[in-house]
Amino acid sequence: MGTQIMTMLGNTGFGWVDNIVKLMTGKNRQEQFNMLAKSILVPMLAFGVFLMLWASVASQIKTSLGQVPGPVQVWEQAVTLYEEHSEERVKEQAFIERQIKRNEKKLAKNPDAKVKIRPYTGKPTYLDQIWTSIYTVLTGFIIASLLAIPVGIICGLSTTIYKAMNPLIQMFKPVSPLAWLPIVMMIVSAVYVSDDPMFDKSYLNSAITVTLCCLWPTIINTTVGVSSIDSDLVNVSRVLRLGWMTKVMKIVLPSSIPMMFAGLRVSLGIGWMVLIAAEMLAQNPGLGKFVWDEFQNGSSDSLARIMVAVFTIGIIGFMLDRIMLILQKSVSWDKDAVIR
Amino acid sequence: MKNEHLLLSKVTIDFPTPNGPFRALDDVNLSITEGEFVSLIGHSGCGKSTVLNIVAGLHQATSGGVLLDGKEVNEPGPERAVVFQHHSLLPWLSAYENVELAVKQVFKGAKSKAEMDEWIKHNLELVHMEHAMDKRPSEISGGMKQRVGIARALAMEPKVLLMDEPFGALDALTRAHMQESLMEIQNELRNTVIMITHDVDEAVLLSDRIVMMTNGPAATIGEILHVELERPRDRLSLADDATYNHYRAEVLKFLHERHGRVAA
Repeated sequence: MGTQIMTMLGNTGFGWVDNIVKLMTGKNRQEQFNMLAKSILVPMLAFGVFLMLWASVASQIKTSLGQVPGPVQVWEQAVTLYEEHSEERVKEQAFIERQIKRNEKKLAKNPDAKVKIRPYTGKPTYLDQIWTSIYTVLTGFIIASLLAIPVGIICGLSTTIYKAMNPLIQMFKPVSPLAWLPIVMMIVSAVYVSDDPMFDKSYLNSAITVTLCCLWPTIINTTVGVSSIDSDLVNVSRVLRLGWMTKVMKIVLPSSIPMMFAGLRVSLGIGWMVLIAAEMLAQNPGLGKFVWDEFQNGSSDSLARIMVAVFTIGIIGFMLDRIMLILQKSVSWDKDAVIR
Repeated sequence: MKNEHLLLSKVTIDFPTPNGPFRALDDVNLSITEGEFVSLIGHSGCGKSTVLNIVAGLHQATSGGVLLDGKEVNEPGPERAVVFQHHSLLPWLSAYENVELAVKQVFKGAKSKAEMDEWIKHNLELVHMEHAMDKRPSEISGGMKQRVGIARALAMEPKVLLMDEPFGALDALTRAHMQESLMEIQNELRNTVIMITHDVDEAVLLSDRIVMMTNGPAATIGEILHVELERPRDRLSLADDATYNHYRAEVLKFLHERHGRVAA
């Protein structure tokens, strides 16, 4: 049990917890201390230096929105943003309660009266925006992966299909998905017409834009992974006369997993970056819109609030990559491979 | 003379190269009877592996062909199981699962689940790997991997077992062990085997016939040596045996006097 937890922590990059535990339980202290120093003290020191540099440089620069915020102001804004979120939730709760009471009164007077339930229309809070961005990027990424992995496998297995697809892939790969954004927006508004839409158009626009940029690294890496399968293994499948599906499931997929995940991780990273830009450009809800709104708002706190968003974007991007890493480690057969 | 089991008739193969076709094999004729153990020996690059791959169906002869029990071979199949030089086990499957993949494919519908399980275990026992059934290839030694590879091939119940330098990548002691195991298995199953080797001792110790190949390009069979030593053969007592040493010398002479590499 204990070892299992430690392995999991190690997989997620929190291996240093292991060192603390061992340090406290007194297993060869000196060595554990050294390990601990390397895995947390050094990064903490670097972070401290970064904060100091930031604080000193920030105090030197004046902008039309006031001084460039240092770490303290940014932290204050982070706290404010959280408080605003809590207040908004309290308001929402109050709104819902008022509505329920009003409806109950109406029904008590006249049981046949039609009661209306209106959704709360308050402005989305910072945490709402974070959540919107996360599920938008995940939607786009998952759609892209579901398309790209099969295409990559087919391209890897057949040189003819690869030759046919390669020019298209190479041509679309370097296109910034932001160039696609206007086209996506027009097509979505033309095609997705419904009185009772399941998704917001803005959500679809952002997700499809993410999909468009997540496709290519996954396709290319999966293709390379599949086409570089050990020829002996291919011969094994020929000697066994494995069917196409069995071959793909038993031989092709497992052996291309490392490359495939390399592609998926690159895709998700790019997707996250692109999403923020797309939200800024198209004014779709999410962290990008928050940044743009704050910039337009131009209050003395705006720069600090944007900095909060910068850190949030960074931390979420990092966490998304960690999640992919855990996934990769859980499906990887080569437990000795160094994956970082 | 028993009936003709496997027949290579006028097998010739050309590989396309930018400078026109390259003739790797020229007019290879060989007839193998059932239960016979045949070694192919020759310098590297002489086309031994190509012969094996043609029998396996992995390569197609340009002219001539291979008949197995009167039927022409033109694609790979489990009745001509191959033991590859580099084990080629699937690294994400355990030893058991590697054999299982083959057994499920070959005996689909013919054996029940329990029978398959028993058959897989039986084959792993044959190669003395029952203790490491659940280990993955990365967790076992080179010799053990090759044992599992042999178990996988045997589990297909092949008509011909093709071995491509099966022990070439192993150290000398492990190799000797594996040769003993192979003789033991052969004593029990009497498979028809074609084995490629570089090792003169291995060839003499294991084979009924040694097929010596000339150097490429356009390699062909140079000489065939019948090894008429009593079975079971014992490495130690044969070491001093005059007949054994005579066979050994024959092969060495062929390889080094008549067909020595000009540029080694």
